[in-house]
Amino acid sequence: MATVASKLYSDDVSLLVLLLDTNPLFWSNRSTTFSQFLSHVLAFLNAVLGLNQLNRVVVIATGYCSCDYIYDSSLTLSGNSESGRTGMPALFGSLLEKLEDFIDKDEELIKEQEHDERIASSLLSGSLSMALCYIQRIFRSGHLHPQPRILCLQGSPDGPEQYVAVMNSIFSAQRLMVPIDSCYIGTQNSAFLQQASYITGGVHHAPKQLDGLFQFLTTIFATDLHTRSFVQLPKPVGVDFRASSVFGQSKLDGASTVSDKKRKAPDS
Amino acid sequence: MSDWQVKYKSSLKDRGTEGILKLREGMLLFVPNDPTSDSKLKVLTPNIKSQKYTKEGSKKPAWLNLSNKQGDSHIFEFQNYQDMHACRALITKALAKCEEEQPKKPAAVLTSAEQLSIADLELRFKRLHKEFVETKVLTEDEFWATRKKLLGKDSIRKSKQQVGLKSMMVSGIKPSTDGRTNRVTFNLTSEIIFQIFAEKPAVRQAFINYVPSKMTEKDFWTKYFRAEYLYSTKNTAVAAAEAAEDEELAVFLKPDEILAQEARQKIRRVDPTLDMEADQGDDYTHLMDHGIQRDGTMDVVEPQNGQFRRSLLQDLNRHAAVVLEGRNIDVDSENTRSVAEALARVKQVSKADGETTKDANQERLARMSRLAEMEDLQAPQNFPLAPLSIKDPRDYFESQQGNVVNEPRGAGTLKRNVHEAYGSLKESILEIRTKGLRDPLIKPEVAFEVFRSLTQTISTAKNIIGKNPRESFLDRLPKSTRDEVLHVGKLKDAMSNSYSQLEAMKESVQSELRHQLSLLVRPMQQALDAAFQHYDADLQRRTAKSARGSAGEANGSV
Repeated sequence: MATVASKLYSDDVSLLVLLLDTNPLFWSNRSTTFSQFLSHVLAFLNAVLGLNQLNRVVVIATGYCSCDYIYDSSLTLSGNSESGRTGMPALFGSLLEKLEDFIDKDEELIKEQEHDERIASSLLSGSLSMALCYIQRIFRSGHLHPQPRILCLQGSPDGPEQYVAVMNSIFSAQRLMVPIDSCYIGTQNSAFLQQASYITGGVHHAPKQLDGLFQFLTTIFATDLHTRSFVQLPKPVGVDFRASSVFGQSKLDGASTVSDKKRKAPDS
Repeated sequence: MSDWQVKYKSSLKDRGTEGILKLREGMLLFVPNDPTSDSKLKVLTPNIKSQKYTKEGSKKPAWLNLSNKQGDSHIFEFQNYQDMHACRALITKALAKCEEEQPKKPAAVLTSAEQLSIADLELRFKRLHKEFVETKVLTEDEFWATRKKLLGKDSIRKSKQQVGLKSMMVSGIKPSTDGRTNRVTFNLTSEIIFQIFAEKPAVRQAFINYVPSKMTEKDFWTKYFRAEYLYSTKNTAVAAAEAAEDEELAVFLKPDEILAQEARQKIRRVDPTLDMEADQGDDYTHLMDHGIQRDGTMDVVEPQNGQFRRSLLQDLNRHAAVVLEGRNIDVDSENTRSVAEALARVKQVSKADGETTKDANQERLARMSRLAEMEDLQAPQNFPLAPLSIKDPRDYFESQQGNVVNEPRGAGTLKRNVHEAYGSLKESILEIRTKGLRDPLIKPEVAFEVFRSLTQTISTAKNIIGKNPRESFLDRLPKSTRDEVLHVGKLKDAMSNSYSQLEAMKESVQSELRHQLSLLVRPMQQALDAAFQHYDADLQRRTAKSARGSAGEANGSV
């Protein structure tokens, strides 16, 4: 029974959980607009789904003070309500709709909050936890499941108050053997993402040019786990392991000097 | 009682006064012939310490030199030796008689003499002398003998230290056995008796009870030593049998009741906070193969005869306790009974002192209970609770992250900014929904640029991360593959071939061109030389490393 099942599922079937950064405070002062960013991302998702018929994609929006599931490719049937709109693949009609609803909810939540004096970070820990919960559910659904991985598209800076929660999620992912890839599109370094990718065995990259984001995504982050054993992916020179959290060491802005980063020979 | 004509000389040079030496009861009297002379002498017989006399054969006259206890010497010149010897004999007899004399009425004298100082003593003494001797109650000799004994005792008490008890245990006294007959003989001195009474109060009590009502002292001690003998044989069955028969014997064989009672008293007064666990750990005597019996051997005993055994430890402890208490009895007497009674009296006194009254007991118990509080029996103490105040950690973080966060522009402005941000975000989404994806999604130049940079990143990353940048790709292969690829042996042969070919080339050319050729060929030769050198060095290093490695391995395995 097991061998038959494995034939049904080839080893390059992947489940991609995408964590999308929808922090308005980050997107409000960027040269690249959110729409451009979204178009790259949606095309990328399409490409992933096209790689294998059995691939699945889940999108979770990381807001300022909330997170939510936006899209699940296994649930969405071929579009019905989007046939009227032009240019947009029907596949993502529901995604965008839900995204809009989510942003409205997030706005509501932020109005209720009294003080907003924390760093404009997105709720990474929340979305990581939601992703892991979804993956856990997939694991328990039966023998036949694709190999899951998490892709974190983040631009907001790290929120030190989320350090413990993020580290917990990272270690949970490590135990589940779910790699966390991270694509950082912000200005500063994100120690959280670097550590997440390093610990779980994922890929971290910070592309400089955002208009080529699609190329970055398809070259680096579209490879499934099986393929990664014989494809060389870019590895960071060092991982920033500074205790950047609970006791709030101030981070250096700009690029850290090389000597600050620990040199680690990554596993080839 | 006789008189002699003598000449009294106070010293040898003295001419001497003539007179009559009278020896009376207890003293020597010298009365000079001349009544006007004042060298009358009265020497008390007990005071005579020694007497010296001149020898008959010498040319000297018959002198008798009496020295008394004060150090004075009195010289008497006798008319002839015969007189001198007679006098000497009499004095000797009187002295001996003095020593033998028993004290009569010692109690009265003792009490009166002890209370007074020396001066008073002298006075009283004179009065006593008058009283007793004049009235002929006591003879002179007896009086002086008593006095001498008193003096002796006094001096002993003042000059010497208090004599303690012997450390040697009574049970260490071994009897003497007669090889022929079946008898053992125990020697008993008053010292031993004292020690026995001090250590074993039951024996003392038994003595007081039984002697002289039930048995004589000799019988008592016989029974006692019979019990000791039974102990030493360690024959508990026989001991039990004999104890059953003889009631008095049983007293000696059973453990000492009085001692046990005393011990119980003491135990009751022990501080309850004393850690008994530590003490129990020290009790090694009840372990399986432990326990020294008195003679060093050990055997199992039936439980019903257990009481007929004593352990060495018990004896030792009791003896040590007694020795430390010291000799507190002054009765130095031959009368065993009085010793026993005296000891018993002392014990009574100490017991009375040791006993505390009921109130004192209560006080002591209250104090002990206060000291030794048991935690789980205490009433619950409700301390006032301090409320928990957890501060928002964000305050701490923000205070640290001063350079990252923009200067706070105030809540209002921030809110407005947020609102604006959300607005713009929603606009974007609307835009993409209407317009759809960008076309083209990505410019080809940009894509190419991305590719190039990625490739470069990957290759440079590899180079940086590699161990030695100078190493070539070939070096990173494992040795076996490298050898296969390179065919080191063949390569080496080829290289040496080419080297020799170069040499040959140099030879073949004519002399004028040779120099040019050698110049041309030299770099290649140098390269080959270097290659050979490097290879040899590398080989040496590798063999050394492997040798070390295997040696290390060998060491490790040992």
